Amino acid sequence: MPTDNTILELKDVQIAYGQIQAVKGIDFHVSTGELVCLIGANGAGKTTTLNAISGTLPIKSGEIRFAGQDISKLPAHLRLRQGLALVPEGRGIFTRLTVEENLRMGAYTRDDKEAIEQDLERVYSMLPRVKERLAQVAGTLSGGEQQMVAIGRALLSRPKLLLLDEPSMGLAPLVVEKIFEVIQTVVKEGMSILLVEQNANLALEFASRGYVMDGGRITLAGSGSELLNDPAVRSAYLGEA
Amino acid sequence: MYELAEAVPWLGSRNPRAARGVVLALMLIAPMIALSAGNTWVRILDFALLYVMLALGLNLVVGFAGLLDLGYIAFYAVGAYTWAFLASPHFGLHLPFWIVLPAGAGFAALAGLILGAPVLRLRGDYLAIVTLGFGEIVRIFMNNLNHPINITNGPQGVNMLDSLSLFGWDISRHIQITDDFKINSLVLFYYVFLLCVVGSVIVIRRLQLSRVGRAWAAIRDDELAAKAIGINVRNMKLLAFSMGATFGGVAGGLFGSFQGFVSPESFSLMESIAILTMVVFGGMGNLGGVILGAIALSLLPELLRSVALPVQQALFGHVILDPEVLRMLLLSLAMIFMMLLRPAGLLPAHARYSRPELAGAGRITE
Repeated sequence: MPTDNTILELKDVQIAYGQIQAVKGIDFHVSTGELVCLIGANGAGKTTTLNAISGTLPIKSGEIRFAGQDISKLPAHLRLRQGLALVPEGRGIFTRLTVEENLRMGAYTRDDKEAIEQDLERVYSMLPRVKERLAQVAGTLSGGEQQMVAIGRALLSRPKLLLLDEPSMGLAPLVVEKIFEVIQTVVKEGMSILLVEQNANLALEFASRGYVMDGGRITLAGSGSELLNDPAVRSAYLGEA
Repeated sequence: MYELAEAVPWLGSRNPRAARGVVLALMLIAPMIALSAGNTWVRILDFALLYVMLALGLNLVVGFAGLLDLGYIAFYAVGAYTWAFLASPHFGLHLPFWIVLPAGAGFAALAGLILGAPVLRLRGDYLAIVTLGFGEIVRIFMNNLNHPINITNGPQGVNMLDSLSLFGWDISRHIQITDDFKINSLVLFYYVFLLCVVGSVIVIRRLQLSRVGRAWAAIRDDELAAKAIGINVRNMKLLAFSMGATFGGVAGGLFGSFQGFVSPESFSLMESIAILTMVVFGGMGNLGGVILGAIALSLLPELLRSVALPVQQALFGHVILDPEVLRMLLLSLAMIFMMLLRPAGLLPAHARYSRPELAGAGRITE
């Protein structure tokens, strides 16, 4: 249940693309320092939900509360200033800028130069692979490296909550593991994360709590291990008969 | 400037400072060389500089912010007609240039906002179609606003526009220094235009390095990600349209003063496309490339014209291909060869939107 410690809370949120209702009234919350994952099949409304939280998609009704404030009507660029950073699906890096420029763009809204440099160093130490390629044009990186740049860029805005949309999409299993290592490091440093994943197994293993979405509704909720052991989840999303 | 200097063959990569000197010297003595070939060539150079300004402005929208604009000539028209309305016998107004030119720029910027607002959500093909329509609407308005109230004087256009006078000098007149030495007015216009181009380059360079320039680069590469890192995409797009339009408006005002006459036919769709070709041909997003593209594509057709006519006369006894047809043929061929040989343009844009001097140098780590 939502408490004082809640950083993000959705109350009966509905989202529609024109006539098509994509999300049909969902409630969930994320507490500070938690890694919460949202799993579900294709078309369940996961990405839609994430985009609505980040403000790139308007909601039809309901309420999104972030750090105690109603942000439902706030435009996307102002939500970032409140501490909400999105790593979009398909990574969304700036392909024609260099890796370093991509990372620095994350600090677009900040003007505390020294702190930015410190944060950059922190990101470099977290992502050694990225550090080796700072002067390279980001579009020429591998998928995994691009994903890391995207996460690093989001961290540079010093968010309170990080929204990750399918970080494992299209990546080799080994690379996915690397990405999840990074995510774990970030969580250990006290960041709150809302993770949308199709790779339910991996996501639930690391998540403190999880929600299962199906057809625009949340059908199941529980701790990571509970969901991981739930027979319905196992058969529907973990590929077991 | 850096990009242009780098492009100087052989010298560019060895001694950039000397190369920069060469570029500067060429810019300064160009009208003298042209003058020895006749007034026509100085006039062509003057127009080349106007095209450079237009290409620089369009590059801001297309190259920096990634918004395809096929109606850019409309802003040139707004600038030119502002000059026609405020400094000609048409309305009996003869305001000085320091009012008329900023007014033209301001009206063009406003037109940029008017175009920008409804197309905010459009991208790619859809954006191209709407901007194309906008350009045509402006031209058609100028063509038809002579009835019931005569505002633009219709297809006849407005003539006897005031010339540019600086500190009481009318630069459309030759300056007689001694009996046999005078400064040609076309040369004077060249230097005034050159000054404007240099000013534009400085302003655009600063813009490119600023937060605004970075925001445009981000929007160009990924709009959703740009929003996600806190960029106000709507405002930045509007700013791109209106800033780009401003340069078009200034160029239009200068065009009006230079030509002394404006009519709607100067602002056809083909002109928009010609300017876009210059930007793409030279290298979208790279100031040096854009300048080179504009100069090359405004001089080459003229060179061709001066060669093709006599050659056709000599070979066939009459002219088979009209120079205007040849111009379009040349533009198309230039584009086709460009796509095949150098898809990013003559001078491709650096990855670094800022600090091109650091490109490839990488970051010194430890």
